[in-house]
Amino acid sequence: MSDCHGCSPSPTLVTPSPVTLPQKARRLVAIVGPPNCGKSTLFNQLTGLRQKVANFPGVTVEQRTGTVRFDDGRKVLLVDLPGTYSLSTRSEDEQVTHDVLVGRCEDVRRPDAVLLILDSTNLERQLLLAAPVLAQGLPTLVVLNMADDLRRRYGSVDLKSLSRQLGAPVALVSAARGEGLDAVREFLAGEASPPVRTLVELPIITDVPKCRMWARQVGSGANYRAPAPPLWTRRLDAAFLHPMWGPLIFLSVVLAVFQSVFVAAVPLTNGVQALIDRAGGAVAGWLPEGVLRSLLIEGVWGGVGSVIVFLPQILVLFLFIGVLEDSGYLARAALIADRTMAKVGLQGKSFIPLISAYACAVPAIMATRTIENKRDRMATILIAPFMTCSARLPVYALLIAAFIPERPLVGPLLGTRAATLLGLYMLGFLAAVVTARLLKSSILKSHRTPFVMEMPPYRWPTLRSLGLRLYDRSKVFLRRAGTVILGVAIVLWILAHVPLQDGKVPPIEDSVAGTIGRTVEPLIRPLGFNWKIGIGLVSSLAAREVIVGTLGTIYGMEGKAENSSLQAAIQKDLTTGGAIALMVFFAFAMQCMSTLAVVRRETASWKWPALQFAYMTTVAYIGAFLAYHIFS
Amino acid sequence: MGRARKSKPGSRRAAHPPSTLSHLREGEQGVLDRLELSLEEAQRMMELGFVPGARVTAAGSAPGGDPRVYRVDGSEIALRRETAACLKLRRPMSHRTA
Repeated sequence: MSDCHGCSPSPTLVTPSPVTLPQKARRLVAIVGPPNCGKSTLFNQLTGLRQKVANFPGVTVEQRTGTVRFDDGRKVLLVDLPGTYSLSTRSEDEQVTHDVLVGRCEDVRRPDAVLLILDSTNLERQLLLAAPVLAQGLPTLVVLNMADDLRRRYGSVDLKSLSRQLGAPVALVSAARGEGLDAVREFLAGEASPPVRTLVELPIITDVPKCRMWARQVGSGANYRAPAPPLWTRRLDAAFLHPMWGPLIFLSVVLAVFQSVFVAAVPLTNGVQALIDRAGGAVAGWLPEGVLRSLLIEGVWGGVGSVIVFLPQILVLFLFIGVLEDSGYLARAALIADRTMAKVGLQGKSFIPLISAYACAVPAIMATRTIENKRDRMATILIAPFMTCSARLPVYALLIAAFIPERPLVGPLLGTRAATLLGLYMLGFLAAVVTARLLKSSILKSHRTPFVMEMPPYRWPTLRSLGLRLYDRSKVFLRRAGTVILGVAIVLWILAHVPLQDGKVPPIEDSVAGTIGRTVEPLIRPLGFNWKIGIGLVSSLAAREVIVGTLGTIYGMEGKAENSSLQAAIQKDLTTGGAIALMVFFAFAMQCMSTLAVVRRETASWKWPALQFAYMTTVAYIGAFLAYHIFS
Repeated sequence: MGRARKSKPGSRRAAHPPSTLSHLREGEQGVLDRLELSLEEAQRMMELGFVPGARVTAAGSAPGGDPRVYRVDGSEIALRRETAACLKLRRPMSHRTA
């Protein structure tokens, strides 16, 4: 039945006598578990790439669903519920989990069965969640995860008697290693699983000490032997939380990430660039001279291609963030950063959404749901777009490569380019911190809530999980390139070709696009930008990286991109001071429709996104003005 | 503990045993007596393992000693000093001294 491992003589799945139930159209199974129990790892293992992310209606909680396929063609739908310590309804996370399990959620029907994931290395505490979940009476498989850890650290548990006491089948697995998953698949495939029948009276669920007593009894009844303390976690923490080495390591990690975005990703970027150029050349050779060729080569290839080039750099950044998060280091980083966060009136919990804002502000703003204090949450939403999201990276990378000569600063550790990039990231962070300070001392003043954060043991990140992250990121990036950026590129190409003058394409200055650019030019000249940059700024109101595509299209039309790169072309239109001003502008400005839309939805009013847009644009304008005058 | 704790010479705490979690130094432990927090906050802390009667060990911390990591009930939870100060320890006479 499963690739049983030698640690325990009992089988990995112990099922009380099966009962047959009428079959429903498509089996729906919910995954429930506390944070850090390896829930997502198991979900990824079971569903692979067949998953999608949506939102529960009315709340910001993310809903991940995926399909598990069986050899006989049957499919089971899995829904990954947010990680919670209990089913009390204090935060949105718990509310959603509770509502789905009792069948009160509009969007998701009551699941047919539940996978309750618990960390086997800390079973007694994790059993706290078992009580309220089992009390729902749904057929439940209790999955004890981290079997490999438990075994390595000499812990053990008698699955049979645990199953007997809980009145539910129990499986011991290691999701990260794919061990014991057959038992889980078997449960998922089971057309009818027996509903839970509790032999032991479940404790009064809201009384935590009583619940804890019950958990201890169940644990000792199942001969649970807690594993030895995680030795390596202790050793690593002695270094990572060392009063002197800790912050130094933190700093070196950050520097290494930035340096590698420029150094390690360069060969990959060059490869992609060469590929795009060659493909573009081949298409251009095939097509006859005319409107279609012009649209495809100048508009689409110039626009979309110049953005896609930055995919490797984004992936390198996300590989690092993924390793830091999956290994457990990020929680330590949050701990080290907490004092700084406290100084501006925020809590360490805001740190995690803010870190994910380095990817994109949209999921970050959704991740603020873990902050129970409403005012803290609002402040975090308002500052999140200042964090340097991956859409800014193409803009920075283009301008840095074109205007900042590479020179070593700290030996081979840090060069001028990486330092500039780091400076821009810090600038965004600083703007976020100052804004938070302003908000928390004025309109969003509140009492401080306790900062509580679990430090997970260190683990090796799995290739599968890292691979899925990179796959997800590439998908998002390419989808945007294929929709928003492609759309803007086509519209821009058209606007740059009309109105026709005597049946001929006008010079770009006299086209509609050129007119728009020249209309905003007086406004942006104090920042060192000309009308071409103006077109870029207007078009990048849709999304930041669009400006790179726009410039690609404009220069493509001027015929400059034929021989020289976008970098060389832009050097003719900007001074170094202007380029720095442009980067500063992008560090601060809210050039993103998706973010505005999500803020509107989260705050349920237009007031906040409007305020945010006005504020960020003002800061960007002033910042760019100062930068231009300082650096030229 | 595999690691010698750093104790400053002339420790003045012999007369004043640690009365809250925030007074525990790295490596020291105590038994939780009560949580002086609002009901809701106390509930949350208890779900994480901070139940009265639980044995809590102070572990590493951010530079400056705040927030600090505490080992309780098989896991490690970081708390800010202000929160740790609300978790009162049992008098050592009812339990063995650290």
